[in-house]
Amino acid sequence: MDLNEIKEIPKNYFKETLRSFFKLEKLKRISHFSGVHFNDAEKELAKKIENYKKVEKEAIKTWKIVELSRNENRPHTPDYISNIFEDFIELSGDRQTAEDKSITAGLGKINGATVAVIGHNKGKDIKERVEFNFGMSMPQGYRKSQRVMQLAGRFGFPIITFIDTPGAYAALEAEDSGQASAIAKSLLTMFELEVPVIVVLIGEGGSGGALALAIGNYVMMLENSTYSVISPEGCAAILWNDPSGSKLAARALKLTSRSLLHMGVIDRIIFEPLGGAQTDPVRMVRILKRYIVLALDKFKNTDGKQLKEQRAQKFETMGFLAESSQDLFSDK
Amino acid sequence: MDKKQPEKIKCKNCNKEIDPDEFLINFNICPNCGYHGYVGAMKRIQITSDEGSFNEMAQDLNSVDFLNFYDLKSYSSRLTEARLKSGLNEAIVVGDARINGFRTSLGVMDFSFMGGSMGSVVGEKIKILADYSIANKLPLIIFCASGGARMQEGIISLMQMAKTVSCINRLRENKIPYICLITNPTTGGVSASFATVADIIISEPGTLFCFAGPRVVEQTIKKAVPPDFGSAERNLRNGQVDMIVERKDIKDILARLLKLFKN
Ligand SMILES: [Zn+2]
Repeated sequence: MDLNEIKEIPKNYFKETLRSFFKLEKLKRISHFSGVHFNDAEKELAKKIENYKKVEKEAIKTWKIVELSRNENRPHTPDYISNIFEDFIELSGDRQTAEDKSITAGLGKINGATVAVIGHNKGKDIKERVEFNFGMSMPQGYRKSQRVMQLAGRFGFPIITFIDTPGAYAALEAEDSGQASAIAKSLLTMFELEVPVIVVLIGEGGSGGALALAIGNYVMMLENSTYSVISPEGCAAILWNDPSGSKLAARALKLTSRSLLHMGVIDRIIFEPLGGAQTDPVRMVRILKRYIVLALDKFKNTDGKQLKEQRAQKFETMGFLAESSQDLFSDK
Repeated sequence: MDKKQPEKIKCKNCNKEIDPDEFLINFNICPNCGYHGYVGAMKRIQITSDEGSFNEMAQDLNSVDFLNFYDLKSYSSRLTEARLKSGLNEAIVVGDARINGFRTSLGVMDFSFMGGSMGSVVGEKIKILADYSIANKLPLIIFCASGGARMQEGIISLMQMAKTVSCINRLRENKIPYICLITNPTTGGVSASFATVADIIISEPGTLFCFAGPRVVEQTIKKAVPPDFGSAERNLRNGQVDMIVERKDIKDILARLLKLFKN
């Protein structure tokens, strides 16, 4: 084993591996004199390096998906709305203080039935992106969505949401007008609903801001979208104090559709045209429409109370635990 | 017996030297300026509930490193360290307690266990506590202290926000009162889930309570935030909490509220 092999491993693991390497070199020198062998230690280091290389390969693969999920040419909420629903009418405002354009909401028809549609809107060009705050919502945006959800609930309209946000807007005004309680209230509102809620992750599913629209009876995710508790950049900044670890963080967070299906967080992956949704947006929209119709069909005959219960069950059983009565504080 | 006097400590707020014994006996409040120092879950339970009335539940639930999450250390070794450091199994302690004679379900978070972060176990313990509240018709009281969701559990930690709010929703349907106490600090995923859907929200003085922390906000808006950002006082002014109550008065206020709800 030589130093060149270590040079190839990810920067964030480099220091630690280098330390093990020099320790091993030192041991080797000692063994030379004492006759004690350190084959096992060397094997272990080799295994470690092998693993780090594998980790980096996976990280690069995951990062490609992160980039695809943020691709500006992917179809966004308005593309899906205008091509999936007929007679769509947009509704504005939270009826309290403001209209937040980072979330689009309204009523429309699909297969002859009225539904409410709510989705994050990142905007299609620079001008729109600034106006819509890149899809990062203020409390007013979540309050607008609550209002439209409650309206849908009252009239028995199923709800379809499109998730595509880097996260809730982190700003002083947002905090001052109750960002935390707005998100929590959105979750609560969605658990109260007695109509079917179909959620589709279409791009970036950033943290609490994504979850605020994502309490569904059925949750679908486009193949190259992501869903995560924190952005890879944010995670890397906290864990390694270094944003260059974003790729490793993305891998560690397991934020891809495949991992999420495996963990039972989503119900279905919707596969995208080869190369990603941006290569053929028209086809992507057409495919998604089919799945939305199928999902709505699934719940056509389920009554309101059952829908609410199914949603509660679904989310209340999420988690991985170990139950042990062993004494965790005993010395081993 | 060692006759050595404990060393003098300095208050984090007024910077004056304070007698450590007095600080300890005074619920970690500075006798000089009234600054509320941090108290862990076990001490909080002692301060808040009637002596000997607390019965812990679900103490054998442990977190697992299901993602094989590794940053500088593995999640498993972080868990082991946190257990040793805090003397607790997880970032929340839940149980049945009496407050001035009123029986309640009580949950207390502990910031010293991985920053009070919420993962699967915190979510499950809150579910167990809420179910217990509903089954026994007991008011629910939760003390929050948390940096947010536990990154090491990835998306599953985000799902705990949904899980806990769903539990509180069932509590609401059963007309069980729920009082939440915000202690320093309460941010991120806990702020934006079960903490803010309480019927009554009480904050200790000087508590940081927000969704995005001051550093994150400063990075986004590229400007310094005001010194009182996310403080209890600012939150009261902005309508985010019902009242600010000093630590020594919390037990009394809780008992008075419980009496009103007991109609
Ligand atoms: Zn002081």
